[in-house]
Amino acid sequence: MGNNLLTNYGQLVAMTLFVIGFANLLLNKNLIKKIIGLNIMDSAVYLFLAEMGYISGRKVPILTDGIEKATYYINPIPSGLVLTGIVVSVSVSALMLALTVRLYQRYHTLNLDEISMILKKEGA
Amino acid sequence: MHFQLVQNFPFFTILLCLISAVICSVLSGKAARFVNTALLITVTVMNALVFMYVNMTGESYVYMMGHFPAPWGNEIRVGVLEAFMATFFAIIMLLSMFGGHHKLLEEVDEEKHRLYYILVNLLLSSLLALVYTNDLFTAYVFVEINTISAAGLIMIRQIGRTIEAAVRYMIMSLLGSGLLLMGICMLYDLTGHLLMSNIKEQVAILATDPNSQVPLMITITIMSVGLCIKCALFPFHAWLPDAYGYSTVSSAAMLSSLVSKGYIFLLIKIIYRVIGFDVYERSHIMNILFIFALCGMIFGSVSAIRESDIRRMIAFSSVAQIGYIFMGIGMGTKAGMVAAIFHILTHAATKSLLFIAAIGLTDVSGYSRKFYDITGAGYRNKVAGVGFLVGSLSMVGVPLFSGFISKYLFATGAIKLTGKMMPALICLAVSTILNAIYFMKTVIRIYTPDNSLHYQSVKTKDEMLYAFTMVGFIAINLLLGINSHPVVLFIEQGLEMFS
Repeated sequence: MGNNLLTNYGQLVAMTLFVIGFANLLLNKNLIKKIIGLNIMDSAVYLFLAEMGYISGRKVPILTDGIEKATYYINPIPSGLVLTGIVVSVSVSALMLALTVRLYQRYHTLNLDEISMILKKEGA
Repeated sequence: MHFQLVQNFPFFTILLCLISAVICSVLSGKAARFVNTALLITVTVMNALVFMYVNMTGESYVYMMGHFPAPWGNEIRVGVLEAFMATFFAIIMLLSMFGGHHKLLEEVDEEKHRLYYILVNLLLSSLLALVYTNDLFTAYVFVEINTISAAGLIMIRQIGRTIEAAVRYMIMSLLGSGLLLMGICMLYDLTGHLLMSNIKEQVAILATDPNSQVPLMITITIMSVGLCIKCALFPFHAWLPDAYGYSTVSSAAMLSSLVSKGYIFLLIKIIYRVIGFDVYERSHIMNILFIFALCGMIFGSVSAIRESDIRRMIAFSSVAQIGYIFMGIGMGTKAGMVAAIFHILTHAATKSLLFIAAIGLTDVSGYSRKFYDITGAGYRNKVAGVGFLVGSLSMVGVPLFSGFISKYLFATGAIKLTGKMMPALICLAVSTILNAIYFMKTVIRIYTPDNSLHYQSVKTKDEMLYAFTMVGFIAINLLLGINSHPVVLFIEQGLEMFS
């Protein structure tokens, strides 16, 4: 265990970023910073996938020069997963931003705890 | 292989939901409601036919999506349990929509009704896809669709509380789905497959390899924790009371009875069809789920007792009930799993009944949700009173009702355990007593005649529809309670088909 950390540095970076994003989304009070954390977290997953999906020396999986040998190309599925994931994370970020705008217009703050305090005072 | 028409139905229903969501976006609110109701009935009937077909042939089948065979293409897999769950979810959703319709008219702007039906259709499509899919990444995509539509359902009633609840819900859900996605990617990295059956073959090989123990363990943990966060298991439940307590009542009923259950069902599928039950059991994550579940059972009930708002009380009760379900999963035996799945059904049927009955009670109490204001509400709205009574009795676990059967199954499952028997039985007993305290307290309160309170008699719309909903929910509860044996057989049969 731990011997392969240097050769798999890409995964290490991805995991570190994932943890940073996760902690940010969980712990930060500011809603915008939370959304930034969300995006870091998602990008870390895509980095992980892209890093794992690439085999050095191989080509983009588009048939060129009539070569049909599978070993000549990389596997297209991880790249496809990244694209799908990006679509999902874009829509989730958009929804979060829209909700943040709504909350800011009502309470003029981005701090989720302050908003909860105001709501408790209102008692509605 | 000759393919029957009925075998296409699972795929058709998912596609129908998505298409009608698109169609609803250009219709008026009333037309959208018609499309939604027609869709829900069609989905129920189609899935019931699929259930009958699978039950008749006695074996599950795999439905190929597109033209690529197993290791490459996407697949749907249909067994007894999946078809049963899909039918059940559609029925509960239909009844929840009926029962909450008059509140939807009151609480939501006219021009937003259309959007509400779009969200409901999307929610149904994602639930069906989660139930049927055989592909992990498809499951992830539909988990996110589920999250987005659930957030929309919470915030369709535009008050400060619901928007805040939606934000909190989104944050917790996104943490959960981030972990799930990471887990799926790591599993893909380890095994090279995305289809559940292929992954399982590889995981069985990996489990014997000493070098793969740590990555496999981490992957299993990440995926389980991610899904637990999403279905609001005990320490992750902070968003739940506000989201269930202040959203419009159809949303609350669907969120508590369907959305979290979709994730739990996905977790069960992952345990059986992706990781394999033996490997999962050896990972000891089940013990952690078990401990959290027990804490949730006690904590949820205690919070419910302290709550003076009837809707939030029912919401906290959900925390306890999700604890029950995870206790069943955490037992690590087949009996525990059967009990957990039966409790999914029980909770879905009972919690939506309670939410919709509670709204009937608060409507005749000057729209106040405070505990003291609903005194005698059972006389003012008789249908809702009976509904709440039945729901409470079922949750407490009185014989004849479905809650009794789940508690019986949990108890018989727990007795066969060695180490976990005592904690499971003690927590089951304590939690039942706590349940009885807060539910019976409320039932006594609503049947205490109080002449000092004078409320104007409110004429609510759709009274017939509301009464029909109540009768429907009560009938499901009694059916599950009295006629539980075939249902338990289906669950056992379905779990066998899983592996």
